[in-house]
Amino acid sequence: MSATYELPAEVVTESKLRYVDLPRRGGRAALITFDNGHDHTKPNTFGAGGLASLELAINEVAAQPDLVALAITGKPHIFAVGADLTGIGSVQTRDQALAIAQRGHAVFSLLGDLEIPTFAFINGAVMGGGLEVALHCDYRTVSSGAAALSFPECFLGLIPGWGGAYLLPRLIGVANATKVIIENPLNMNKQLKPSDALELGLADVLFEPADFVAQSLLWAADVVSGQLSVSRRSLDDEATWAAVVSAARSAVAERLHGAAPAPMRALDLIEAARTSDRTTAYAAEDNAIADLVMSEELRAGLYSFDLVQRRAKKPIGRPDPKLARAINKVGLIGAGLMAAQLALLFVRRFEVPVVINDLDADRVAVGVAGIHAEIAKLLKKKRISQDKANRLRALVSGSVDKSAFADCDLVLEAVFEELSIKRRVFAEVAAIVSDTCILATNTSSLSVTAMSEGMPAPERFVGLHFFNPVAVMPLLEIARADHTDEVTLATAFEIGKKLKKSCVLVKDAPAFVVNRLLTRLMAQVTAAADAGTTPEVADRALDDLGLPMSPFDLLALVGPAVAHHVSGTLAEAFPDRFHTSPGLAHLVEAGKSSVWMWVDGQKVVDPQVAVAFGTGTTPWTATEVHDRAVEALAEEIQLMLDEGVVAAVQDIDLCLILGAGWPFHLGGISPYLDRSGVSERINGRRFLPIGVASVPR
Amino acid sequence: MAGYGRSVVLVDALRTPFGRSGPTGRYAQTRADDLVVAVLRELLRRNPQLPPEQIDEVAIAATTQIGDQGLTIGRSAGILAGLPRTVPGYSVDRMCAGAMTAVTNVAAGIGIGAYDVALAGGVEHMGRHPMGEGVDPNPRFLAERLVDPDALQMGKTAENLHDRFPHLTRARADAYAAASQAKTASAYDQGRIQRQLVSVGIRDAGGAWTLSDVDEPPRPGTTLAALGELKTPFRPFGRVTAGNSAGLNDGATGAVLVAEDVALSLGLTPRLRLVSYAFAGVEPEIMGVGPIPATEKALRKAGLSIDDIGRFEINEAFAVQVLAFLDHFGLADDDERVNPLGGAIAVGHPLAASGIRLMSYLADEFAVHPEVRYGLTTMCIGLGMGGTVIWENPNHDGGTSK
Repeated sequence: MSATYELPAEVVTESKLRYVDLPRRGGRAALITFDNGHDHTKPNTFGAGGLASLELAINEVAAQPDLVALAITGKPHIFAVGADLTGIGSVQTRDQALAIAQRGHAVFSLLGDLEIPTFAFINGAVMGGGLEVALHCDYRTVSSGAAALSFPECFLGLIPGWGGAYLLPRLIGVANATKVIIENPLNMNKQLKPSDALELGLADVLFEPADFVAQSLLWAADVVSGQLSVSRRSLDDEATWAAVVSAARSAVAERLHGAAPAPMRALDLIEAARTSDRTTAYAAEDNAIADLVMSEELRAGLYSFDLVQRRAKKPIGRPDPKLARAINKVGLIGAGLMAAQLALLFVRRFEVPVVINDLDADRVAVGVAGIHAEIAKLLKKKRISQDKANRLRALVSGSVDKSAFADCDLVLEAVFEELSIKRRVFAEVAAIVSDTCILATNTSSLSVTAMSEGMPAPERFVGLHFFNPVAVMPLLEIARADHTDEVTLATAFEIGKKLKKSCVLVKDAPAFVVNRLLTRLMAQVTAAADAGTTPEVADRALDDLGLPMSPFDLLALVGPAVAHHVSGTLAEAFPDRFHTSPGLAHLVEAGKSSVWMWVDGQKVVDPQVAVAFGTGTTPWTATEVHDRAVEALAEEIQLMLDEGVVAAVQDIDLCLILGAGWPFHLGGISPYLDRSGVSERINGRRFLPIGVASVPR
Repeated sequence: MAGYGRSVVLVDALRTPFGRSGPTGRYAQTRADDLVVAVLRELLRRNPQLPPEQIDEVAIAATTQIGDQGLTIGRSAGILAGLPRTVPGYSVDRMCAGAMTAVTNVAAGIGIGAYDVALAGGVEHMGRHPMGEGVDPNPRFLAERLVDPDALQMGKTAENLHDRFPHLTRARADAYAAASQAKTASAYDQGRIQRQLVSVGIRDAGGAWTLSDVDEPPRPGTTLAALGELKTPFRPFGRVTAGNSAGLNDGATGAVLVAEDVALSLGLTPRLRLVSYAFAGVEPEIMGVGPIPATEKALRKAGLSIDDIGRFEINEAFAVQVLAFLDHFGLADDDERVNPLGGAIAVGHPLAASGIRLMSYLADEFAVHPEVRYGLTTMCIGLGMGGTVIWENPNHDGGTSK
């Protein structure tokens, strides 16, 4: 294998070594601070330079026989958040990856080899390799102010391979370790709180942040002097170990269907950790890291991480934020469920008056009452204080008279998806509002330009497409219509930012990005079912992608009526590629909310649905469904790029990750389409160059 | 004996180690309010019998009340320390006697029954807040000769004191200073200072965490010869030097004051019992004599004479100012009842923090010497004042030794 591999562009986290006298005449101790010289917004990470600095510090400690302990802590708010990902993404060969894994093991193992007791004072956020440093220490204190603790590796497509997979289950038990290493990362990368870490046995003691380092040193002094002894759980027995690992394997298989290799590799390591010795275990971790770093799924994961962390924060095409107008009052047209969700979101984030409007006084009253009920729920869950609840409640009002919009800075419509209705309400509103009011539509598929055409101020029209559930889904598609001006667009982006949404600028094209692609995908699945493929086969054909839910589960979530309506709009716009499914139409007519129904705990096809789906005479095989679906995606994405729906394919991937929850291991979708050869087969070329979201060759 | 309504006792007093001020000082990277927080939290930790919600007041002194010493530090530090929100707080300023005034303020409140339990403290980060920062003296002070131009520069007032009392020579001042260093070193050797300190985790100039657990200012081994070499920065051929003055320092102090009956019911041990206190004004240009009239006044209120006092904790802003006090009361320069653990010349004087440092030293002496019945803490104050608090030893065993 190659010698050590220099990671590029590393912001080196130094291990700054100092000496302190432990309290109560406890003797002289070494205290290392991880510090990369930046504030907490640029957390400590480990690349080649960081590992070298830590090695140097530990060796200096090892050379001093008079020391009684070594403690490690971090700069304010941050302990360390793991390996330098920029470096990992640029690894070219398996040998380089192997070298990185081995190097981390070699340096961290020095901690375990010291003869004096070692302590990690986890003063702030700790993840991945940072947590592995802490696990190599004999004892751990944690600050109740630490923002987050986790092993996010499986979320990205890696495994905790600097000792974590071996040490964690041995320390906190196999069930807890499986939760931390597998379950949490696959659950939207859920983080542990400091109190969780204490409860799991990951930390030995919790101290408040105000005097965390001083109190940790005092605690360490008592441990060193023998005044305090720390008890540890014994290793779980063989049967427990096997049962937990086996259950976790089933859960992972059910969830991913083999789409991403990392969680299973992590489970292999956890399984072996009970009886393995450290050398063997670390060698296995090295190999797992080397394989995974050279896996397409990890490269797609790093690409996705970068999209979410960076591209989402600096949207392409955003005008100068200084152009944006202030929003001091918001009007919502419609009093239905969507309007109520939007009203709640706006009133919580903007804390300005929000007026909902409907022609029907009863609907308005029900709408306002619904929002008030949601505010009451937030209060009950202690998400907001009583004062805040009072404030929010007082800000929400309803009116049947659109003159209540006269002093609004933003009016957003969420009425029925029918162009003529939307045009009619906008004509009324435009006559009432000031000449600076932004007029926005939450349409999911209609043309914003068509809506604004002929209106008094078409330049103040913009599409703000939210995703259901509005409070949870992080994406906002901002649709620029033909006449939308820069001020309106800048305001739209500021609105998105204040709502804590990630904004993507899209062209005013039918169904924008997410709905267009999901509908195109769904069209293939329903076409298969219409042709005679059984719903079971059609719905499971895409399992190997590891999507968050199957197409028919998604259909149930969206609602067959909405899906049918959107497909109608798209079929009108692009009759060569989209069609309305007779089976889906039947479903809507029959008032069904899903293809599936539950009978004795079993998911089965609703017999009334089976009349429409799966009865054709030319069924597709599962492979055909799969291939036609992904090919349709590749074709549609290329057409969208040609149309200029978004600035680049990265925006499409970002939309799918944030708007549809599509997984990191697919990189949204274009890295998957590239690596599986679909892009070249359909479009004659890849979406992304080799090495961007894939293993360099 | 005098009394202020209910008997008031000090049950604990402690401080951060003091640091040398300036860009290379130990606390250069540490906020003043964080030093106060360290003190308040340690007071609560050392007195677990004291329910925090029973604290009626938090009075914290600082001379310069801006930046990290501003924002009504008695309240803001209370919140930062994690005290219940129901516990109020405020800021105090009487320059060097800030913490002493915080103690007498809350003690008076306890005496009249307004409080049962109160925290008092003081802080001065002279590195972040050099003396005179942001002051805007009224031009009338000088135009109308209300004060001598020297009155605002403490070193010059000390030189003026040498002028007033020519027999208090530089040699006597230097000898006193050397003794202060020696007594401090001896107290450290006996572990008597360390137990009055809370260790503070701090970041050094390199960004690394370290532990502040001993005072930075002391210069053990200081010799008379070395002191004699030092320059006189306030006046050519003057007498006041960096060696026979307190330095510029950073640090915080705090104390728990409780009505004696409440202390007993909570199981808190009284360490000092308040007898009387007094503040007095003097000519601002010789502010160093302030402790003399303040002490006379406090003695009068207590119905005691100077002969009743068995221990003196006098702040050593300048050696000459201590000598003036001793001279006035007929005490020898090296009287062993005076500052037995050393004083500010060695350990430092972070202005508004020092008053409670004196009380902490006295409490330690009282514990070690139950035969002593009365002691006093006294200090000079800028713009011509002095403050004195007389205390009784709750451990007094009935012996008559002073």
